[in-house]
Amino acid sequence: MSSLRFTEQALSEWMRCGGSHSEIVISSRMRIARNLEHLPFPLLASAEQSEEVLEQLAPVFQGEAAANFGSFQLLKLDELDELDKKVLVEKHLISPNLANDSRGGAVILNEDESVSIMINEEDHLRIQCLFPGLQVREAWVRATAIDDIFEGSVNYAFDDRRGYLTSCPTNVGTGLRASVMVHLPALVMTHQINRILSAVNQVGLTVRGIYGEGSEAVGNIFQISNQITLGQTENEIIENLHSVVTQIIEHERNARERLLADSALRITDRIKRSYGILSYAAVMELKESAQRLSDLRLGVDLGILEGPPISVLNELNVKTQPGFLQKMFGDEMTATECDMYRAKLLRETLGSQH
Amino acid sequence: MLCQECGVKPATLHFTKIVNGEKTEFHICESCAREKGELIPGTAGGFSIHSLLSGLLDLEGAGKEKNAAAQTVQGLRCENCGMTYSQFSKLGRFGCSSCYKYFDSTLDPLFRRVHGSTAHVGKLPKRAGAQIMCKRKIDELKQELQQSIADEEFETAAELRDQIRKLEKEMPQE
Repeated sequence: MSSLRFTEQALSEWMRCGGSHSEIVISSRMRIARNLEHLPFPLLASAEQSEEVLEQLAPVFQGEAAANFGSFQLLKLDELDELDKKVLVEKHLISPNLANDSRGGAVILNEDESVSIMINEEDHLRIQCLFPGLQVREAWVRATAIDDIFEGSVNYAFDDRRGYLTSCPTNVGTGLRASVMVHLPALVMTHQINRILSAVNQVGLTVRGIYGEGSEAVGNIFQISNQITLGQTENEIIENLHSVVTQIIEHERNARERLLADSALRITDRIKRSYGILSYAAVMELKESAQRLSDLRLGVDLGILEGPPISVLNELNVKTQPGFLQKMFGDEMTATECDMYRAKLLRETLGSQH
Repeated sequence: MLCQECGVKPATLHFTKIVNGEKTEFHICESCAREKGELIPGTAGGFSIHSLLSGLLDLEGAGKEKNAAAQTVQGLRCENCGMTYSQFSKLGRFGCSSCYKYFDSTLDPLFRRVHGSTAHVGKLPKRAGAQIMCKRKIDELKQELQQSIADEEFETAAELRDQIRKLEKEMPQE
């Protein structure tokens, strides 16, 4: 028991450090989709049935077995205000789908927010574990342990041949979506990104924007995840993702070195301009701030800039989202006011570094 | 810049749509965007995995003249949640775990297209898994039993029969 707690501590330490390959990999995420036997999936469930799902699943994480993973808090979506939901989405703690479309939706979060258990999303249960840097294996170990705790108390919808049954046919089998969020500015600048991303598609992986399905890649941040959930073991899925991401890291690193060797002046100018604009601009759109923060991140890694630390940049990526700005500066704001407050936040944060 | 649709509110959404190489730029306000239901990340009505899937599922009935087999497929219905196959092919999602059983005859081609495979090889739930392992073992022994009867090895057959009975008794119940 105590060794697990100790592991928990070490992981939190890693969160602060950024994890391995943090100059390119922002985070690793593991998501497991599960459903309860007999009850219809959330798509068709009545209010009473959704309530029953919640009643079966929620107590599991107040039990003794779960204590090893820290203390958890349950949030019911209909008890949250719109702004809080928005911020939870921006922090990747819940999905847009759970925030907007769920009936009887709830989320169970642990203290350091690295575990998020969604109830009545597209499936009855979605276990999500977030780790900093490239740690897909570590994320799987934790996610599967949490899965075991639930399986100890409830009966999953499982079929001998099809595996874990999910609402969407794209999740059936393992119910596993392993994904890694990577920052690839040099591959974008050197126009190699499309070639690499299409290669990624050919090995059963897929690339999305940072807010999942249908979202655009902003600030050169891409989310690479497995597409196939049936016919491969969890281990195969994770090792496949791990090895492809490792290769992408290598390509990005080479591209960065080449940029620095071939066009040091141009790249230095670009990065310092971005720093200047972020430190002084009065109005800043989200798309521009994402792009310029990407430049800063690259500048720090290449040694062109001394700061800010990556952790500050990670924080800014979330803080510059509309919901978070509203949370910090007041509830109602127009799009222009939002851009103004974003600029203010960036000026204050980055200005103080120098 | 004002919204190009209503010309009243300021345009807050700017996006570029490329269809068959033809590029169109849009500058519109949020309310017009919502009305138009254009493909904007994060807004409802956008292109989703489910609409893509339903396209895949529809292929089966896409032939000009629907044959009898296709009609039988369309008529399939899950007796547990009431979802019909045609609803499933529109929504791209199952209604409950029993749908997998009722639509089973149509699922192999779908799973082959989506996953390149039709059967799960990954993790088993511990409790239900024990039962499945036991079932698999019994099936194996039953095949051996048939073989040994065919080969007239009745002593082996009797041993196998006893083993099967023992396993069936020990099999964990749901």
